[in-house]
Amino acid sequence: MVDFPFIKIQTEDFDLTSELKQLRAGYTDIGAVVSFVGTVRDINEGDDVAVLELEHYPGMTEKALENIRLQAHARWSLESSLIIHRIGKMYPTDQIVLVAVASRHRENAFYAAHFIMDYLKTNAPFWKKETLPNGQERWVDARISDKEAEKRWSANLNTIS
Amino acid sequence: MINVLYFASFREMLGQANEQLPVGFATVEELIHQLAQRGEVWQQALLHNQNLQIAVNHDVAHRTTLIKAGDEIAFFPPVTGG
Repeated sequence: MVDFPFIKIQTEDFDLTSELKQLRAGYTDIGAVVSFVGTVRDINEGDDVAVLELEHYPGMTEKALENIRLQAHARWSLESSLIIHRIGKMYPTDQIVLVAVASRHRENAFYAAHFIMDYLKTNAPFWKKETLPNGQERWVDARISDKEAEKRWSANLNTIS
Repeated sequence: MINVLYFASFREMLGQANEQLPVGFATVEELIHQLAQRGEVWQQALLHNQNLQIAVNHDVAHRTTLIKAGDEIAFFPPVTGG
């Protein structure tokens, strides 16, 4: 399997401080670091959620994430970026995903982080399964709003249209 | 031979995660029609599914994508990560 150093798919939790430290290591011209952390909610579609299980497609998921990351680098002037996505069982309040972007200027970092997250939601092969407090399991449905969020970027403007 | 993978709700519906099949198809479409002969659940998941997602060798693919020996074809529902 190809190794992408800026893509991590892991079962274990991540530490924001140490990840950002690594992201900035060796750079002296970074003026802006933007990070997005997605966390597990205890409610979805009006129901309480007890457990969230994440499945992925090994090999394709890494490739898809690296592709999204490279698209962001092609579109905005960035120094470095990182995507971490956890898999396996998680519980409410757990961290699930990290997107971090470093740039000379904040504008590029803000836009790129937002873009990567929107594209990850609709293009990276991960699937969520919820377990409700009564033990009932269900696969999470894709949201139309996520698809709409992705489309905002396709106008080829480097801002949200 | 080709390797066919099923993920998430598809794996559960179809009762398997992957299988090896002899190459007898030029396109993904032909493979889907062949699999659909197995019964209603296969038709529901693959043939009549507007939201079917397809990948060939880890890249997004379509019903018209060509298949050759050694390919890895994956079928899955819309993604829900993040």
